[in-house]
Amino acid sequence: MAVDADGAVTTAPEPASLDRQAGSRVETIQLLTPEGERLEHPDYPLELSTDEVKGLYRDLVLVRRIDTEAIALQRQGELGIWASLLGQEAAQVGSGRALGPRDMAFPTYREHGVAWCRGVDPMKLLELFRGVSHGGWDPAERGFHLYTIVIGAQALHATGYAMGIQRDGLVGEDGEAVIAYFGDGATSQGDVNEAFVFASVFNAPVVFFCQNNQWAISEPLERQSRVPLYQRASGFGFPGIRVDGNDVFACLAVTRRAMQAAREGQGPTFIEAFTYRMGAHTTTDDPTRYRLATELEAWKLKDPLERVKAYLVRTGGADAAFFEAIDAEAAEVGRSVRQGCLAMPDPEPMSIFENIYSEPNALLDAEREQFAAYLDSFEAGEVAR
Amino acid sequence: MTTLTLSKAINEGLRKSLEADPKVLIMGEDVGKLGGVFRVTDGLQKDFGESRVVDTPLAESGIVGTAIGLALRGYRPVCEIQFDGFVFPAFDQIVSQLAKQRLRSLGHVKMPVVIRIPCGGGIGAVEHHSESPEVYFVHTAGLRVVACSGPADAFTMIQQAIASDDPVIFFEPKRRYWDKAEVDTTADLAGALPLTSARIVAEGSDATVLSYGPLLRTCVEAAVAAREDGRSLEVIDLRSLSPLDIGTVVGSVRKTGRCVVVHEAPVTAGLGAEIAARVMQECFYHLEAPVMRAAGFSTPYPPSRLEEHYLPDLDRVLDAVDRTFAY
Repeated sequence: MAVDADGAVTTAPEPASLDRQAGSRVETIQLLTPEGERLEHPDYPLELSTDEVKGLYRDLVLVRRIDTEAIALQRQGELGIWASLLGQEAAQVGSGRALGPRDMAFPTYREHGVAWCRGVDPMKLLELFRGVSHGGWDPAERGFHLYTIVIGAQALHATGYAMGIQRDGLVGEDGEAVIAYFGDGATSQGDVNEAFVFASVFNAPVVFFCQNNQWAISEPLERQSRVPLYQRASGFGFPGIRVDGNDVFACLAVTRRAMQAAREGQGPTFIEAFTYRMGAHTTTDDPTRYRLATELEAWKLKDPLERVKAYLVRTGGADAAFFEAIDAEAAEVGRSVRQGCLAMPDPEPMSIFENIYSEPNALLDAEREQFAAYLDSFEAGEVAR
Repeated sequence: MTTLTLSKAINEGLRKSLEADPKVLIMGEDVGKLGGVFRVTDGLQKDFGESRVVDTPLAESGIVGTAIGLALRGYRPVCEIQFDGFVFPAFDQIVSQLAKQRLRSLGHVKMPVVIRIPCGGGIGAVEHHSESPEVYFVHTAGLRVVACSGPADAFTMIQQAIASDDPVIFFEPKRRYWDKAEVDTTADLAGALPLTSARIVAEGSDATVLSYGPLLRTCVEAAVAAREDGRSLEVIDLRSLSPLDIGTVVGSVRKTGRCVVVHEAPVTAGLGAEIAARVMQECFYHLEAPVMRAAGFSTPYPPSRLEEHYLPDLDRVLDAVDRTFAY
């Protein structure tokens, strides 16, 4: 992304196949440059106190630390798999901190940073990736729905939930809104496009937050789209905006504005957070098979954490003691994640039969009894020996 | 008692549910002004408004996916899938999302969503309008699957399905929509047969005939015809396909010693296969003959000029019964 002289308008380096499109000049909202320089944008004024900036920096560091620890735990066989958010911290923390307590978020399986902002215990995320549960948290408790693994399916759940808000009469002053997370690959899914249609025709209070991290496992963006993703929104009849996904300030400001518009009854917005998946798709993936190291190196220069640190240093908002304290807290969070994971018990075998139905199910009960008797037969045998 | 068609009986059941609980919604294609292509939702939008009886965009996955979101918000959506063959675009949302929310949340989330599907053939329709996709859903834990066969039952079953906190796939036999029967629309749900129970429709002693949905009537007619041949058939309407009321089935087969399962869906891995396996296990020493199946062939549903040959009819049911007497 080349930053123009005024620093506000940038021309994204579109892949060759996108260059043929009319209007290939793309505005990307940016409020903080990779060098930590603060920019203003007339549509997205953002007033942040030094403490608020420090808070965002803390979020970014801690979610990266949780992520790093989880990757290590997977490498040591403690997690079955992990989907890293490395590089996407600003998109997740910026949008996550834009939500109000009564708003609802519908994540994919990579929104660990949003989960952090919503106050979901990181242990619940690890439970899923360890294979102890499929999630198991109460979505209503923190306004954060369960991780959804089928690509794009949650965009419809978010839209339906937003239609519920409308029926509750909670659009308008003091309204509520929903945010649906998905990635660039998901924009090719029927469910995401159907969600756009439903949200549009019903004017539902939902914000579609797409983290375009450039890669859907091994498939680059140009395998999903010939136009910049945010431009898709116009065809559905609602605004689309591209934001620098590595800029936590911009992600916060743009999401805040879109959520407020949704709450007030102005309907959906599509936000394309232009970012980069710095790690593998998951711990089972090997990105060296399909992408160049130079690309990774270029994105390293746009690191979402470094620019906030540079800003805090540049403005004198934080001293060395602050950064040391954050690092120490991160180390502690890492330790606690590790200990929590290692201490996590396997579920009881009979729990296989639980939480399938709310009402009694005679056939399932019969299978449960049979399996319990089978298990008991081993224990009886061991006692006899 | 009022004489109602099956279509009208479901309509009255929906109306009762809409009146009883403001969280109940109806959503689907053409369910509003038109009243549904089979008129099952006729007049409901006029009386309950566009936000409770919702004409949706033409997208089945969208209908079920947004219904899941509405249920998460505390609503009780009743989705109409216009025809059986159109449920497949919604398959992921039903099988991977709707059915799994409860387990995924370890019981924190309930999914009171009903998906109504007009099913089965016999109406001279084009492709995708005559299918019987019930076992795809029976095979999916987390879903309940029911099939109504006549007006009186349908009136209560739809209300029970809506009252359930679990997702219910509700099959309606489209060629029976205009069958009429007496329905007590003042009846209290508390006194109704539970949604999980099968019903013995005709008592008999020589063979048990199990069916559901569109072929239940055919089986009752077969029992009348068999009586003229001196054979007493016990006809059971399964009603609940998941969970199966296997206790009622077993009780009957232990009495008669013979069992025939009848459905329109293809015979291979159809519900008859599951029932045969369970009857074998529970009634082995009572059986006089193997469990027989009169079902659709293991082919795609044929063009409508051939459907009378594809669909099991009274004679094919009686033929299957005859074969159980050959042992």
